[in-house]
Amino acid sequence: MDTTKNAPPIYDSAKKGNLALDELREVLNYRNLVLQLARRDILTRYKRSVLGIAWTLLNPLAMMLILTIVFSQVFKFGNIYGYPTYVLSGLLAWTFFAQTTTASMVNLVWGGGLLNRIYIPRTSFALAAIATGLVNIGLATIPLLLVMLITGVPITPAMLFLPVPILLLAAFSLGVGLFISTMAIYFPDVSEMYQIVLIGWMYLTPIIYPVEILPEGSAYWITHLNPMYYIVTLYRIPIYEGRLPTWEELLPTIVISTVSLVIGWVVFANKSDEFAYRT
Amino acid sequence: METAIPLNNNEVIRLENASVRYRVPNERVSTFKEYVIRLVQGKIKYNSFLALDNVSFNVNKGQVFGLIGPNGAGKSTLLKLIARVLRPTEGRVLVKGRVAPLLEFGAGFHPELTGRENVYLNGAMLGFTQEEMAAKFDDIVEFAELWDFIDAPLRTYSSGMWARLGFSVATDVDPEILIIDEVLSVGDEAFQRKSTERINQFRDRGATILLVSHNMAQIEEMCQHAAWLDQGKLEAIGETPVVIAAYRESQPY
Repeated sequence: MDTTKNAPPIYDSAKKGNLALDELREVLNYRNLVLQLARRDILTRYKRSVLGIAWTLLNPLAMMLILTIVFSQVFKFGNIYGYPTYVLSGLLAWTFFAQTTTASMVNLVWGGGLLNRIYIPRTSFALAAIATGLVNIGLATIPLLLVMLITGVPITPAMLFLPVPILLLAAFSLGVGLFISTMAIYFPDVSEMYQIVLIGWMYLTPIIYPVEILPEGSAYWITHLNPMYYIVTLYRIPIYEGRLPTWEELLPTIVISTVSLVIGWVVFANKSDEFAYRT
Repeated sequence: METAIPLNNNEVIRLENASVRYRVPNERVSTFKEYVIRLVQGKIKYNSFLALDNVSFNVNKGQVFGLIGPNGAGKSTLLKLIARVLRPTEGRVLVKGRVAPLLEFGAGFHPELTGRENVYLNGAMLGFTQEEMAAKFDDIVEFAELWDFIDAPLRTYSSGMWARLGFSVATDVDPEILIIDEVLSVGDEAFQRKSTERINQFRDRGATILLVSHNMAQIEEMCQHAAWLDQGKLEAIGETPVVIAAYRESQPY
């Protein structure tokens, strides 16, 4: 959309430039829509519950409590230093990834009716899912700090580094979300399959167990091939270990997130015209 | 690119041999496994379905242009091309200016949100910023006559109130091109008069209007020019009475 008043913009269907860049330009013009969609998701999610948005904070806390009780009673690694903080930080990062990628796909498939009626940059839905996730993970810092205080895990200035891992987590999730959204347009079953993949993937990532308990063989594969391992670890370091990450810990995550974002965005932008021809 | 300046001074919409081909799979292949098996067997077949077949015409600024034809003639597909929802599979579409789609009022509304929240959300879907919507907000609610309910969730609205709010948001955008798809029967009689009046105001201000309707009286009353589509093909185009007469003649009864 051109904002100049005297010369109305001309839309030319034959002008097919770089689709990925066009989409980026369009969605920047529609940034208000992304915010409004995120606002809608946050407001309506808990609209009919009494506690409302407090559930965003209660959910991870309850999950952490259950896991702490179960694992300190049943498995010995529940007794490692600051386990509640360890498990909560892992859960927050994982929940962000699982929720935003699922939401990007679901919003697009179910919100597709809207795309058939008016022009909307098609990445708006995925970006709105990410924005919603960012609000949630930001709010979750409150219960996280609470847990750290109670269990005596020191809160250090390294916490101020957290926006960096969160941003990389968001970039990775956006890439994956856009990629599976594209798949889901061709094969609706992808959304069901993805839920199963998520469960397996979560157990292959050290979220609720420390990486040390893994047998040597599988530890190598998990810590080297699982992109979520790098991202969760990067998010956890300033919280659980109270220190800044080293460059060796930071660089692979930057590379992984950038590659995911670029591939997801380009694939989605190039296939997004297909959405309208199907259904 | 054929021409440097694609549209003449007066033209706001031009279709050059535009065709739209939907791909309809022969059988619904909905799982990945099935798809791979069929792909290997070479059994993926598509029925291509021409929703629009080589349609060319242009609309000048300020025209009120009617589109007629039986169900499934391609009218909605044509509107989608102009609203940029679809890209033509062949040919070219040129559109100058902001298009306001009045396809279905309140399509993007959320029942759990209040009227106020929905106005801002709907405005964002039309590409407006928060500030632009804040400036329009009072006018929108005023026109819809919904001040008493604006902070109630939309699920408590009657269908007429829902449509009124939708119409009000969509027409407050001051578009260069207005697309109206079978929607002038919104609300009670008084509101219908009001919406017809608003559309006339758009016309007087020089906006171009595309109107789809099965109501020939309405088309005759509002449009100087009309086009008749049938099975994706442009059957006739020109002065409204002539096109309508030709269309009526083709109908079995």
